[in-house]
Amino acid sequence: MAEHQEPANDADDADSLVRPYVITQGRQHSDSVQLDLISVVIAARADVDEMTLEPEQLRILELCLRPLSVAEVAAHLDMPVAVVKVLLGDLIGRGYVLARAPYTQQSPVHRDVLQAVLDGIQRL
Amino acid sequence: MASNDSDRSDDPIPSAIKILVAGGFGAGKTTLVGAVSEIVPLSTEEVMTEASVGVDDLAGVERKQTTTVALDFGRITITDELVLYLFGTPGQQRFWFMWEELAQGALGAVVLADTRRLDNCFPSVDFFERHGVPFVVAVNCFEDAHYYTEQEVTEALTLDERVPVLLCDARSRASAKEVLETLVRHVAATAATPV
Repeated sequence: MAEHQEPANDADDADSLVRPYVITQGRQHSDSVQLDLISVVIAARADVDEMTLEPEQLRILELCLRPLSVAEVAAHLDMPVAVVKVLLGDLIGRGYVLARAPYTQQSPVHRDVLQAVLDGIQRL
Repeated sequence: MASNDSDRSDDPIPSAIKILVAGGFGAGKTTLVGAVSEIVPLSTEEVMTEASVGVDDLAGVERKQTTTVALDFGRITITDELVLYLFGTPGQQRFWFMWEELAQGALGAVVLADTRRLDNCFPSVDFFERHGVPFVVAVNCFEDAHYYTEQEVTEALTLDERVPVLLCDARSRASAKEVLETLVRHVAATAATPV
C-alpha cells in the first residue's frame, strides 16, 4: 500500500501560504526559463554566493546535488510548483542550476526509447 | 540551456518522460504508482489561478479563482539518461485545465477503472481520446467488487476495440508492471514513428 505524505496542519498552512510568494517577490511566473513539471534540474557549481540566495534556494541547491525533476523539488520543499519554478528560474539564470527539458517535448517518441522504457519496466 | 561555465557540464543530465495514471477518486491511482515506483510516491501542489486556466472551459466566468490540486507521483529510472515519472491525475472533470499541461508530451496514460464506479472513468477516457493520448484501461479488481470481463468493460466504456483492457491488482508490482508494459507496447503499436 502506498504511503502518503502527512498533510501539513492548519497552523503550518497559514505560514506557508504567504511565505512562498514573499520569497519570489510576488512573481508567479518565471521570467525567462520555461520549466516543465518534469524538467530535470541539477546543481551546477560549487562556488555559490550564499549571502545572495534565499534559504529555499540553498535548500534547492542541496537537493539538486543529484538530478531531480521540478516536481520532486517542489514535493521535497513542500511548496507549490509555480513558486519552485520561479526560484529555479533565478538559479538557472545565475548559472547555479542546469536544467534539461523533458524528452517528449523535443520530438516524437523514438522506438529505441520505447524499447528502453519497456526494458526498464521489465527490470523492476 | 545555461550550461556554459558550469562545473558539471560534462555530466549527463537525464531527460524525463511521463506516463499518466488517471481514474476516479479511490480507484487506486497512488497505489498503482507506489507498486512500481522506486521512491515512496511524493505529492506536490499546483496552485492555479484564473490567468493559467484554459479559456475554453471557463469562458464567461468573471470571478478570479484559485484552485489547489494535489498530484501524486513516482519515479522509475530507466537508464542513466532517461527517467520515467508516473503521475496520478485527479479524474474529476473540474481538473481538466491541469490535464492539458499534464498530457502535453506524455508517453501515454493508464485509465484505472474501479468496477464499483465504472462511470467515474468516462471523463478520463473521453479526454485521452480527444487529445490523441494513447491509453490502456486497467480494471482494478477490488475484492468486494462486481466482476467484469475485459469485453464487458470495452462495451461499457464504448472503447475502440484496439484499446487494451486488462484486469489488475494495483497493489501488486507484477500486476502494475504488466499494466505499464501493455501501455508501452500499445504506444509502440499506435505510434507511426520512424526508427
